Amino acid sequence: MMSLDAIFFYIISAFILLMGILAVTTRKIFRSAIYLLGSLIGIAGLYFWLEVEFIAAVQIVVYVGGIVVLIIFSIFLTQQSGKEMPRTNLSRNIFSLLAVIAGFLLSCSLIHQYGFEAGSQPFDNAVSRIGLYMLNTGKDGFALPFEAVSILLLAALIGCIVIAMKSVPTKSTK
Amino acid sequence: MTEIPISHMLFVSTALFFIGMYGFFTRRNMITMLMAIELMLNSVNINFVIFNKYLYPDKMDGIFFTIFVITIAAAEAAVAIAIIINLYRSHQSIDVEEADNLKN
Repeated sequence: MMSLDAIFFYIISAFILLMGILAVTTRKIFRSAIYLLGSLIGIAGLYFWLEVEFIAAVQIVVYVGGIVVLIIFSIFLTQQSGKEMPRTNLSRNIFSLLAVIAGFLLSCSLIHQYGFEAGSQPFDNAVSRIGLYMLNTGKDGFALPFEAVSILLLAALIGCIVIAMKSVPTKSTK
Repeated sequence: MTEIPISHMLFVSTALFFIGMYGFFTRRNMITMLMAIELMLNSVNINFVIFNKYLYPDKMDGIFFTIFVITIAAAEAAVAIAIIINLYRSHQSIDVEEADNLKN
């Protein structure tokens, strides 16, 4: 008899995988974005199940609140969202399915062979501890990657504006 | 301690990674390819959190890698969508087969 905890894990996993499969196989692009949203919410649920609440909150804020909304807006800007996408040709479909199944079986056999053993220590991931590590310049600190990622975000911000900016026409008449 | 073996959790993230890979191989539309990449990045995040929680509970590296991967995924999605919208403006299409100006 499985405990309630284990049943929750399998329900969440089945939901994530089902939504992921639907997101990559449906032929309506808007539905694909909604299934992706479902899968990301399921992953946030999995983080709650793993008791890493901070990561779960970040997942919801950044992915569900940011990236999926951005994707849906770009679908509205570039597509007729009700139209079906053209079917992929059969040979590409078959070969990518074969490659994916082969990779999956290989990875599963590797995981099975290695047989990870869980330790018994509790995992302390309080937000205060995460904050202390993030701005710590000492041995276990993450201040340097934090700063590097800040510069990356600034560069991405400027890059987005430059790329998406409408170029000013140099000549008024052609 | 949970009674679910770690390998079951890793199977979930592996399956999600290869679902994303399948989407990346079969889709020809740039927005759906971007969605497939997001699925793959998420499966990697699940792996990092599981390894950190169960194998190295005294460290925080997995949590921080997850945070940085989420940040970089957000930046990547923003830049990718800027490129896609610019491409749509010049080609009226976001199919990867039609973005072949550099080829000929």
